[in-house]
Amino acid sequence: MSTLLEVSGVSVSFDGFRAINNLSIQFAEAELRAIIGPNGAGKTTFMDIVTGKTKPDEGRVTWGERNVSLLGMSESQIANEGIGRKFQKPTVFEDQTVRQNLAMALKNPRGPFAVLTHKKTKRNAERIEATADQIGLLDSLMRVAGNLSHGQKQWLEIGMLLAQEPRLLLVDEPAAGMTSEEREKTTDILREAAQTRAVVVVEHDMEFVRRLDCKVTVLHEGSVLAEGSLDHVTANQRVIDVYLGRGHA
Amino acid sequence: MRRSFIGENPSVLWFLLALSLFTLGVTVLSEVTGVALISTSFVKTLGKTLCLCLIAVAMDVVWGYCGILSLGHFAFFGLGGYAIGMWLMYARTEAIVLESLAGQPLPPTPQEVSDAIGNQIFGVVGSSEFPLIWAFADNLYLQLLMVVLIPGLLALVFGWLAFRSRVTGVYLSILTQAMTLALSLYLFQNDSGLRGNNGLSGLQNIPGYEDTSQAVISIVFFWASAFALGAGYLFFAWVVSGKMGSVIKGIRDNEARVRFLGYHVESYKLFVFTITAVVSAIAGALYYPQAGIINPGEIAPIASIYLAVWVAIGGRGRLYGAVIGAAFVSLLSSWFTGGGAPPLNLGFYTIQWTDWWLVLLGLSFVAVTLFFPKGIGGLFDYLVRKPE
Ligand SMILES: Nc1ncnc2c1ncn2[C@@H]1O[C@H](COP(=O)(O)OP(=O)(O)OP(=O)(O)O)[C@@H](O)[C@H]1O
Ligand SMILES: [Mg+2]
Repeated sequence: MSTLLEVSGVSVSFDGFRAINNLSIQFAEAELRAIIGPNGAGKTTFMDIVTGKTKPDEGRVTWGERNVSLLGMSESQIANEGIGRKFQKPTVFEDQTVRQNLAMALKNPRGPFAVLTHKKTKRNAERIEATADQIGLLDSLMRVAGNLSHGQKQWLEIGMLLAQEPRLLLVDEPAAGMTSEEREKTTDILREAAQTRAVVVVEHDMEFVRRLDCKVTVLHEGSVLAEGSLDHVTANQRVIDVYLGRGHA
Repeated sequence: MRRSFIGENPSVLWFLLALSLFTLGVTVLSEVTGVALISTSFVKTLGKTLCLCLIAVAMDVVWGYCGILSLGHFAFFGLGGYAIGMWLMYARTEAIVLESLAGQPLPPTPQEVSDAIGNQIFGVVGSSEFPLIWAFADNLYLQLLMVVLIPGLLALVFGWLAFRSRVTGVYLSILTQAMTLALSLYLFQNDSGLRGNNGLSGLQNIPGYEDTSQAVISIVFFWASAFALGAGYLFFAWVVSGKMGSVIKGIRDNEARVRFLGYHVESYKLFVFTITAVVSAIAGALYYPQAGIINPGEIAPIASIYLAVWVAIGGRGRLYGAVIGAAFVSLLSSWFTGGGAPPLNLGFYTIQWTDWWLVLLGLSFVAVTLFFPKGIGGLFDYLVRKPE
């Protein structure tokens, strides 16, 4: 399979502290990948770099079959290249309805004048409903997002990512604060999404990662410590020392 | 599934209805019909109030909906006033000069006419030269274009610089205050080309309508202000409804998230900042002919701060809230400061409202912010049930 995103030799420091240290990592088209690692390993910072929020001090981030560099692009340009992101803390627009949240995310022209003259069409409504169905919020389209349960907000945010129709989804701790039932459903949503696009999931919960049943990358102190199947990495002595030994398993 | 814009926003219809009734009512009671229950000067006050309501609506869009606390929108209001004032003053002075030169045996040369007008207008600042910025002042249509073009361009350039460097929050507010302060200090100078602290005056006299009574002129401007407010309200209600409204409210609530959805946030802010500046300028261009005079003091930083106070008291994030806030507070303010309110005798101290009104306003602002964040407009929520 061809490489979709390649991060190579990337480092970034905050006030002298190296949060990402010569990190190299690759993702293929339509693969599902889990990233695990102790607190402060640099998982969120890695996503910040890919999505343009943080500029690395050195290294390359290249994207797509034409290997374009993402480093010179703004957040919105990167999003329009096809990279969607879910934040660690669920961030939906609480004042607006589920439908409005999804409509805003729906892949459509993003310029102010296109948006100003935007007309509601049947086709868009169908796309919104299909996405809402996928995340189990079809009956809640008219509800104000602020009134949803924590789990539903997480799903709505995943739904907004899907509506963007990205080629790569970066999902930061989607299962945090969810009941085990909700977690199960979240796994299903993510696995289904990964059928047609690359999905990268950061998660602490080992049960959750096991259910994703995919290749796992372990980050530690800003670089890759181990990579492979879950059984392979959990057998690695260094992984046990720095991560699993601390009571995460 | 698809409902009409009015169907989804019934408050727009109610607002337009109330505005039409108000306009008709004032007209009937004014001096033009002979009823004369409302004096011409009060018609002007009401007309000016409508202009203030219009700029408050613009402020609500930029602050209440898009989250940009601009404390400089009165600069655009003032610039709109100056732009129209230049034509008013030029055309009227020209008429007077032509009349006074008419009796001479030799017809005056264009140069003589121009010098005489220049002398009349700029004599107070010791000059008779027409500054470059008056180039279009002899042409009403070009000058009307300047009403929107100059404030629009200023907003565009200022906004582009500020938003591009991602200046937000308090820093942006301070920057807008600096802009309006700089503009007003510049205009205070005698060589600014706009008559320094004298400002432009006699704006209530409309060239070509010297024989029309102020009673009629005041009603015409009152109608024009009401029409502008209605049109502006409708326009902004349309802008903030639908997807554009979603995006700009999203920017207010979580700018970063909107960015990661692929929207170029800076363009949206610039768009909102600029169109609200242009509407503010139009409001100013209607206000100052009713006020009769404009001077740099009108652009003082405090004016823009009051604007924010009106919108906060009226209830931001809903357009009718801004209208209510601006009308209520500005009318109350002229009642208190104009000596309309009787002094309050506390026994040991007598409160003179001309001195204490600002304190009362300040306290009300604090109280609203702390206890009624939805403002006066929030009271309507008790009347109308919202879904969930
Ligand atoms: N903007 C920033 N300024 C300073 N330090 C930062 C910044 N962002 C991240 N860091 C630091 O970089 C390190 C990596 O943080 P990061 O958030 O990427 O960790 P993480 O792997 O996502 O951890 P967690 O599992 O707790 O979410 C941490 O030590 C953090 O304190
Ligand atoms: Mg994190």
